[in-house]
Amino acid sequence: MKNYDLVVVGGGPAGLGAAIKARENGIENILVLERDHELGGILNQCIHNGFGLHVFNEELTGPEYAEIFVEKLRESKIEYRTNTFVLNISNNKVLDIINDETGFEKIEAKAVILAMGCRERSRGALKIPGTRPSGVLTAGTAQRLVNINGYNVGKEIVILGSGDIGLIMARRLTLEGAKVKLVLEIMDKPSGLERNINQCLNDFDIPLRLSHTISDIKGNDRVESVVVAQVDENLNPIKSTEEEIKCDTLILSVGLIPENELSKSAGVLIDSKSNGPIVDENLETNVRGIFACGNVLHVHGLVDNVTKESYIAGEKAADYIKALA
Amino acid sequence: MFDVIVIGSGIIGSYISRELSRYDLDVLVLEKENDVANGTSKANTALVHAGYDAKPNTNMAKFNVLGNSMFDKVCDELYVPFKRPGSLVLGFNDSDKNTIHDLYEKGIKNGVPGLSILDRKQLLELEPNIGDDVIIALHAATGGIVGPWELAIALMENAMDNGVSLNLNTEVIDIIKQESSFLVKTNQGEFESKILINAAGLFADTINNMVSNEKITINPVAGEYFLLDKTAQNLVSRVVFQCPSETSKGVVVTPTVHGNIVVGPDSIEILEKEDKATHKDRLDFIKNKALKSIKNIPFNENITNFTGLRASSTTGDFIIGEAKDVKGFINVAGIKSPGLSSAPAIGLYVSNLAVNILGDVKENSSFNPRRKKPLVFNDLTDDEKTEIIKKDKKYGNIICRCETVSEGEIVDCIKRNAGATTVDGVKKRVRPGMGRCQGGFCMPRVVEILSRELNIPMEEVMKNSKSSYILTGRTK
Repeated sequence: MKNYDLVVVGGGPAGLGAAIKARENGIENILVLERDHELGGILNQCIHNGFGLHVFNEELTGPEYAEIFVEKLRESKIEYRTNTFVLNISNNKVLDIINDETGFEKIEAKAVILAMGCRERSRGALKIPGTRPSGVLTAGTAQRLVNINGYNVGKEIVILGSGDIGLIMARRLTLEGAKVKLVLEIMDKPSGLERNINQCLNDFDIPLRLSHTISDIKGNDRVESVVVAQVDENLNPIKSTEEEIKCDTLILSVGLIPENELSKSAGVLIDSKSNGPIVDENLETNVRGIFACGNVLHVHGLVDNVTKESYIAGEKAADYIKALA
Repeated sequence: MFDVIVIGSGIIGSYISRELSRYDLDVLVLEKENDVANGTSKANTALVHAGYDAKPNTNMAKFNVLGNSMFDKVCDELYVPFKRPGSLVLGFNDSDKNTIHDLYEKGIKNGVPGLSILDRKQLLELEPNIGDDVIIALHAATGGIVGPWELAIALMENAMDNGVSLNLNTEVIDIIKQESSFLVKTNQGEFESKILINAAGLFADTINNMVSNEKITINPVAGEYFLLDKTAQNLVSRVVFQCPSETSKGVVVTPTVHGNIVVGPDSIEILEKEDKATHKDRLDFIKNKALKSIKNIPFNENITNFTGLRASSTTGDFIIGEAKDVKGFINVAGIKSPGLSSAPAIGLYVSNLAVNILGDVKENSSFNPRRKKPLVFNDLTDDEKTEIIKKDKKYGNIICRCETVSEGEIVDCIKRNAGATTVDGVKKRVRPGMGRCQGGFCMPRVVEILSRELNIPMEEVMKNSKSSYILTGRTK
């Protein structure tokens, strides 16, 4: 079994920042594991700008922001493996990994940093009633299809949720020639950044309806329409306010959930509010030597804050490893 | 000229076809959808009932009890997930107590083995999360759970391995009874057969009424469901019913063969045979009913909601047999619950019926009851994982994170007989998109793989039905 001082699970901004910081703090034997075919995580599909204002004092696109860290990782000669999926982490920090070239392997680490990021809430989590046609997809999935695969996902679009990815996609799809008819937010204020409300909705005359949700989805094969309704103080749709809006696509931008299935396999305790691991001031979980940072810990509004947090995790994991010696 | 044409490839049509493939016959299956098991077979409670529910001496009673006993063998032969965790019918008051004793008696009459009546204390030992008001229960040791569409797909694959032909996207428009054969007109041309079997599910009335003067009516009866995450799997370990009503066996809380929890269905007769919408008020009704059976059901771990349509005949029983006025035309209609449980017995019975009508039929000497074992990456040992990735690196590429499904499994399920052609077709067979993220990560990748393997443009990959397109063209 191969041994590492530190294994970082996830090659997005959190994992990259943590690995680089651990190296700066004297840890030699580091491995970063990434399930996709390249490093950078979800930043690779975020081709809009607005990243890095706080860390680098300039406005970068997602791929540019990621590239800075990927370059640094390579310069520091930190070992990484892409196309590598972690199946399990044991509480004594043995990781079961698979890779399409090297097959199944067990590796052992003195310390582990969890940096798996998060996933999007789906329609099922919201229990939106109606039929189940094609054309209902999360904002991140739409973003991947448009920006990575290069395909459009619909022509007449309604977006539920005013999270940042949804707002970004409202603009992106408009620029691709789609008609974004409406953005709905169940709360009485938008959940995304103000600058995104301005730059992605207002600049393109896309209406935002607050205190509104979707109460029905229609269409057997492809979405044909959605029913929009105002909500009462308990966030339930008010029947008398229902309005049917023709569209072929419903995009959901209704929140992110830290992805902690692997954390649980290692015996890491999860906070029921944040859905992330319970950590101390060193970002260490209840399992000694397992740390967490980035969106796997809690969902961040800005990648800059993920980076700052990843530096803490990298430094504290380095301290932990050095103290073992 | 075919010996037999089977209309419909749900669990019933698939089972009949597979039984017919034991004989040296030319069999053609016509399916109007783009996949097998796309109707009632893919949206139901996935239960193999013990058989105490059906009125004694009905088709339902006869086929259910026999069918139940046949599941172990067929699921072993075809590598289909099946378990017998047993089932419980809960009683909350004195009237339920009587119902439960009646069910017990009915079960004995129907020949159901392994029945017993439990008091609350015995019940709590089996199911600690049982509701506070439950006082009594009927326990049926033979109650089972199965992957229903997986069984139908496996049956059709095996039937095709043994020589049966399947035409998808082929909708029957008219049937002409000729002297000793049937001319079946479809949107894809005409086909002729000596025997015609109607296994058209919700549309079995339309098919029957094209050729027989003994008209039948099939009404869709909708049931809605919750599917909960595997994180909820310790909630119950058996199939938990409430006392049945006239129209349905009531709201069930049950584990699935894959470790999820299903809650549902209700039972409402509707007008539209394609209306598979869910409704907030009906889901709330199911939720409140279910919480009487089982405490603390984590509805916040809901993965998806869905509606299934039962094909309910106005006779109240299965309609199985040769139409009185049309020789060689066999109806298998009104197959609502316990249709899945009865499918093995119905398949065998109808196949025998067809063979008897044809007369002088030879056995298929090369019939193989087994299909090629599908490899489930997640179930392999560490060494087996290494070995398979060495052989085919696609098994080392995990496409679905929630269910740990590899690219190798997806490619395999597309290439088999009765293989997947759509995103939901892949999902039904090897489960990417069945998990908690509902395809958020894997859907674009599954579209890429389908496009590559079927050699069609990305835009032509459908979610499910023929018009359920996902992409609308290239970006600028």
